[in-house]
Amino acid sequence: MTTPSLTTTRLLRAPRLFCADDSAPTTHVEHLRRHGPLPAVVGEHGRAAMLTTIEHSGLVGRGGAGFPLARKMRAVAAGASTGSPVVVANGCEGEPASRKDVWLLTRTPHLVLDGVELAARVVGAREAHLCVHRGSAGAGTVRRALVERGKTEGFSITVHELPPRYVASEETALVHWLNGAEAKPTFTPPRPFERGVGRRATLVNNVETLAQLALVARRGAEWFRSVGDPTEPGTLLLSVSGPPQVSQVVEVPTGTTVGAALAQVGVDLEASTGVLVGGYFGTWLRPDVAASAPLTHRGMHAAGAALGAGVVAALPATVCGVVETARVATYLAAQSAGQCGPCVNGLPAIADALRLLARGPWDESLAPALDRWLSIVPGRGACRLPDGAARFVVSGLTTFAADVADHRADRPCASSRAGAWLPLPPVQSRSAGWR
Amino acid sequence: MATTASRPVPLGRLAVSIMRLQVNPIACAAHGLCAELLPEWIELDEWGYPLVDSQPMPQQLISHARRAAAACPVRAIVIERSGQ
Repeated sequence: MTTPSLTTTRLLRAPRLFCADDSAPTTHVEHLRRHGPLPAVVGEHGRAAMLTTIEHSGLVGRGGAGFPLARKMRAVAAGASTGSPVVVANGCEGEPASRKDVWLLTRTPHLVLDGVELAARVVGAREAHLCVHRGSAGAGTVRRALVERGKTEGFSITVHELPPRYVASEETALVHWLNGAEAKPTFTPPRPFERGVGRRATLVNNVETLAQLALVARRGAEWFRSVGDPTEPGTLLLSVSGPPQVSQVVEVPTGTTVGAALAQVGVDLEASTGVLVGGYFGTWLRPDVAASAPLTHRGMHAAGAALGAGVVAALPATVCGVVETARVATYLAAQSAGQCGPCVNGLPAIADALRLLARGPWDESLAPALDRWLSIVPGRGACRLPDGAARFVVSGLTTFAADVADHRADRPCASSRAGAWLPLPPVQSRSAGWR
Repeated sequence: MATTASRPVPLGRLAVSIMRLQVNPIACAAHGLCAELLPEWIELDEWGYPLVDSQPMPQQLISHARRAAAACPVRAIVIERSGQ
């Protein structure tokens, strides 16, 4: 498996997660030379002090929800009455267009493992689990990194490989799988921070969040806040792609506009008809809207999108946005865990209608039905797959409105139907294994 | 579940419970009894799954809601109470 190179950018004078040798995982010796040892967290006082540092750093989760890390940690630590808490590092990266997590795990695994260890000390966990998709290049590098580090008294990190499915990286699905069941989302409440692995309070965090935490612990809150947007400080990993032929992971300060982030790596926004932000759970934005939208949760929300997993994909103007939206809708429909009726029935109905819109023959009587399905599907699943799929499709129909009009009138749209562009993993059958 | 019955009512505020209806979508198997028993609050989508109003339920519907919840063969209707 090849992973793209990470580019240090002019937007960021000193990259934080970026490491000098971009071709091989950083060894433990190199890691310690670069970052220094992980600070000790001793006793109740040490834990409280570290929580205060994390709180002041303003670090929010990098997995999509953007929840303040310190608040989640406090909630988990408070749940310690049910038994010692558990830490879960989520490196599953279910988003097909996202590559930042595998980049971290294959280049700087020790920074992630430091974050896991530190989080465990702060919430009082003796057991941690690092989850990746089966076949991920990250599994091997992390296992080797764990061997390099040796055993830690009274603390263990186990690496798990989960079925490579879109919804298997949802946090309740991870917990369900770790509890011996299928990697399918469960009905909430309880959320994992209340009752998770082994019915104990469980801290689930994206691996980038944990890598950032390892830096906060060493360098402090002020250092962390010295870069990026004041309300959501620090840096952010993005998986960027676009015309002419760009595809790479990049580290930028939070608050960087989508336009600046794309320009930095040589993406020509003029040659794009729509920018997908957040991933397949995300939103298509018009290039002019995307250009000035800052990459923060607030900024993306104001632009009508969500930061999600940090995917920024500028669709080349030669590719049809309606076809791409239909392809991804079909993929998402096939990713349903098959548990909730509105998702099982609604997503395929939406995807079928979109395929007819994209490839013909379109039937105008489908328009009101499609509108209705898009409005009744969100909010009715155990996980947010139906919400995300509906949002993605609605944003595609809006952003590519001119092409949609052409397709509805059975005219060739402006794009030359250059074929598939967004990456899609092979579709697995619904019954093909969730363990 | 904690009850507020014995606590004094704060001045200028009535202690009322807000009831909302929720469906456990994993449990729900589209039997459709709930929509028959509580048509004021639940309708079925084209695949037979309930569309419920997420607003606080009016007091006069609560006993009907309880009947609908009890009638569900898979107990997928959840009545959520939140004090205010």
